[in-house]
Amino acid sequence: MSIIGSSVHRIRDHWLGAFAIVLALIFWECYAVFVIRNSFLLPGPGDVLLAFISLLQKGVLYTDFEVSLMHFAIGLAMALIIGIPIGIAMGWNRKADEFLNPLIEILRPIPPLAWIPFAIIWFGFTPVSAGFVIFMGAVFPIMINTYSGFRGVSRIFVEAGRMLGCTRTWDQIRYIAFPAALPSVVSGVRIATGVGWMCLVAAELFGVSNNGLGKDLWFYYDLHQMDAVVVYMLLLGMIGLVIDMIFRYYIDRKFLKWRTGEVA
Amino acid sequence: MGKLEIRDLNKSFAKDDGSRLVVLDHVTFDVNDKEFVCILGSSGCGKTTLLRMIAGLDTAESGSIVLDGEEMKGTNPKVGMVFQEYSLFPWRTVIDNIAFGLEMQGIAKEERYRIAERYLRLVNLMQFRDSYPSELSGGMRQRVAVARALALDPVLLLMDEPFGALDAQTRNMLQQELLEIWEETKKTIIFITHSVDEAVFLSDRIIVLTPRPGRICRIFPVGLPRPRDRTSPEFAQVRREVLDLINQNCSIQ
Repeated sequence: MSIIGSSVHRIRDHWLGAFAIVLALIFWECYAVFVIRNSFLLPGPGDVLLAFISLLQKGVLYTDFEVSLMHFAIGLAMALIIGIPIGIAMGWNRKADEFLNPLIEILRPIPPLAWIPFAIIWFGFTPVSAGFVIFMGAVFPIMINTYSGFRGVSRIFVEAGRMLGCTRTWDQIRYIAFPAALPSVVSGVRIATGVGWMCLVAAELFGVSNNGLGKDLWFYYDLHQMDAVVVYMLLLGMIGLVIDMIFRYYIDRKFLKWRTGEVA
Repeated sequence: MGKLEIRDLNKSFAKDDGSRLVVLDHVTFDVNDKEFVCILGSSGCGKTTLLRMIAGLDTAESGSIVLDGEEMKGTNPKVGMVFQEYSLFPWRTVIDNIAFGLEMQGIAKEERYRIAERYLRLVNLMQFRDSYPSELSGGMRQRVAVARALALDPVLLLMDEPFGALDAQTRNMLQQELLEIWEETKKTIIFITHSVDEAVFLSDRIIVLTPRPGRICRIFPVGLPRPRDRTSPEFAQVRREVLDLINQNCSIQ
């Protein structure tokens, strides 16, 4: 009864949500066509659709997507490679925590975009430079969540492991602390992908490449083709959504299957 | 073999005001090979601390713990432990929990599953082989924990109020199962409880501790033939003797 009730509810929620989107599109189109009447100030959905088709025909969108994904991958990979080991060290070892904590607390509040000047000086106008800005946004959520995940590993698991012959530090991290902390690490990575993706437009703004979703968003702004700008805005949003959905529906289910039915 | 000799064990903790709280005071006793011993005491009497020291998870200030002639330092694969709290690794399936110790010893996958399945059968949970702990009831989880501890074939099995969180019916059932496992595997078992009923039902001897500081008050041989019947007058008689002993001699002075 309640299962049926909730699924009916879910369908109705979806309908309501879809209805809201259709309503917004209609409102947007009417407002653009009848009130603003200037497709530079506010391109309507029709203009945007046409711009999308013409960009598709030019074939730039795929290249943009590829380049942006590369920037994003560089930043996220660096954040994982650096953030996870530091988070583990701080979460597992109190001395490492005391040593690194003040330094991290000073660096962490610096907005990632404030690193752009140094990104240019250190890495020049290269994809690594864009990756670095994304890295600065992504590394702290990964580090902090790994840290708190390791901090929260229940003592009983470590002791049960010791009784079963898991006595070396490395084994305790690998076989007990890491799997126990994994839900927290994964949610850190998920937050990091969101923050990193938000840094993308700014990271491509200063000319690290000839393509990229953020780069071409600015390019079409310079050309005053605001309908194309909206295409890029929507694409950035949708790809961000897809990345998040990959986490929600794939990674959680594959790696955190054991948590189903567990009260967190 | 599984003969344990505990000699003059002492343990105290520093308190905030600088004085020391004595937890265990000159504890000395033996446990024979294949014997089932219960340590009985009220909460805070240091019985868990005592068990943790035998396990090698805590260190004593002085005294010695000798298993089969070998002085115990730190954890040892010859000693298995079942904890009071649910200690199964929630990210591992039942079979992988039981096989964990074997995995740590570097035993090949096929072989360790073969051994783990034997213990899974021993606790009658074959149909839950690939379930995760969160899918199991409290009683089943503790049965898996027993299987996991036994999988390394320890000579001594330590149990820290393993059935304390379970309802009375499940608890009685698991006590019965534990005795069957004990008959079958012939381990030496030290079992901590605060339940007189549980101690009388399970053990060959009951070691009664006084609270604060934890001292051995009396070592009480149960002497009832097995299988025991909780409802028999003999059982009630022994239970009354133990209760009287606790009330008259082994409570806080």
